[in-house]
Amino acid sequence: MQIHDTPALKAEARNLNFYYGEAQALKNINMPIYDKKVTALIGPSGCGKSTYLRSFNRMHDLYPGNRYEGEIRFFPDNTNLLAADVDPIEVRMRIGMVFQKPNPFPKSIFENVAYGLRVRGENNKRVLDDKVEHALKGAAIWEEVKDRLPEQAPNLSGGQQQRLCIARALATDPELLLFDEPTSALDPIATGAIEELIHELKKRVTILIVTHNMQQAARVSDYTAYMYLGEMLEFGKTDEIFIKPQDKRTEDYITGRMG
Amino acid sequence: MSANNNSDLHQVSNRLAYNAMRNWKERLIEAVLLAAAAVSVLTTLGIVYVLVSESVSFFASVSIVDFLTDTQWTPLFDDAHFGIMVLISGTLVSSGIALLVAIPMGTIIAIYLSEFADSRVREAAKPILELLGGIPTIVFGYFALLVVTPILQVILPGLPGFSLLSAGLVMGIMIVPYVASLSEDAMRAVPMSMREGAYAMGSTKLYTAVHVVVPAAISGLAASYILGISRAVGETMILAVAAGMQPNLTWNPMEPAATITSFIVQVALGDLPHGSIGYQTIFAAGLTLLLITLVFNILGQWLRAKYREVY
Repeated sequence: MQIHDTPALKAEARNLNFYYGEAQALKNINMPIYDKKVTALIGPSGCGKSTYLRSFNRMHDLYPGNRYEGEIRFFPDNTNLLAADVDPIEVRMRIGMVFQKPNPFPKSIFENVAYGLRVRGENNKRVLDDKVEHALKGAAIWEEVKDRLPEQAPNLSGGQQQRLCIARALATDPELLLFDEPTSALDPIATGAIEELIHELKKRVTILIVTHNMQQAARVSDYTAYMYLGEMLEFGKTDEIFIKPQDKRTEDYITGRMG
Repeated sequence: MSANNNSDLHQVSNRLAYNAMRNWKERLIEAVLLAAAAVSVLTTLGIVYVLVSESVSFFASVSIVDFLTDTQWTPLFDDAHFGIMVLISGTLVSSGIALLVAIPMGTIIAIYLSEFADSRVREAAKPILELLGGIPTIVFGYFALLVVTPILQVILPGLPGFSLLSAGLVMGIMIVPYVASLSEDAMRAVPMSMREGAYAMGSTKLYTAVHVVVPAAISGLAASYILGISRAVGETMILAVAAGMQPNLTWNPMEPAATITSFIVQVALGDLPHGSIGYQTIFAAGLTLLLITLVFNILGQWLRAKYREVY
């Protein structure tokens, strides 16, 4: 799996192992994340793709007993995100995340998007107005909500909520966006809107997306990694992986014979 | 297979027939449940009936205007005055002090236990906290009188031996476990996905707790505060022991004063003849107390509904 026209690296997992207590969930993962590209993580349930994704913004630090080994190098800093002296809060300031189930805060639409800016100490009304509008436009939801910004976010439809969560993540200009099955709770129309959005977003930001949907991986991603039982079996350009998988197990999964 | 066969059809319809036995059992259980619910409702109605009927005869001899505006409460004297504001002031001042202690402390404890404490601390701390809520209030009363008042007298030299301040503070401590425990339950019920969303935005634990978890749990928090208010307004023993029982129209917590509840205790302990005006005052006072708690409960319900919309 030689990749010739290699783009710049945004991040790179090096010999990454992860343990939930005693149970090893990730086994020696080595994988590049290319700058301003969409990388999809596919694989059967329980293969560790969400675990891997959540390592990037150190979400595992929230629960006791979790342990990382190895490195996730983050560029251009060339810093190991998992190092003990790296503050997870600083990491999360630069790496945004969108969850499987839309999780808007019990606040107004405006305050949801302004949340990350307020966390960073921004309280200037003009700046907030500006960035909130920009983020909502970036998430392709501005036209739908511009007249109802003071309304409660949980009153939006599921698809709108998810785009609001994307706007929330975008408002702080993250360098890397993590998507954890962002459309699994949405109908096909809302899913289409989000996929289109991901296409737009990759001009500005690097994206790593976990998905159960093979067509989705094929549609939105530039690179695809196939994971199985905590290992990364195959990584490559999406069209190559889908047309000519090297590993028999990848082929079985993609064609629906397994998983 | 052969749905056209007559005997088959007969069997099927038998299986779908009305099950009289099951239905009868369901009804029996329903009746038992209804009876259990009725006991509490009927008791409440009975209490209200007694309070109202005795109060009606009370108000036949005392005008409502006097009751609400008179500044003296001397129902057992020859020159009897029935100004309930005297007792209400004591109740409101002592409850106010108690809530100034209980609501901030209870909320802070709840935030700590729900968001910061690791599971071992929480498992140990919560039962101990709830134990505090199980201490008889008479014990709190003597604690206020014999420990807290002398300590306060060192800090505030003019403080008399009985005061609303001392009783109110201890009453606040007594209410802390109720507020803390219920608030903690409400905050822990906030889904983890909400917190993860906040953490993923780079917020600290404190920021997440204050800006995401508390707003999400606001209706549960409001419920716990309402319970705290009801406990404070209805509390009797601590006030009877530590606040003195002399009717005193005052808003100054440094003074001794009777509250509605401590007056009722005082009168109920004496031997007043049934039907006398002194005897009827305790029902009028009880009705007032009931109305105050009712007002707070309605206010709480309204606040909950309102905040649920805002958040």
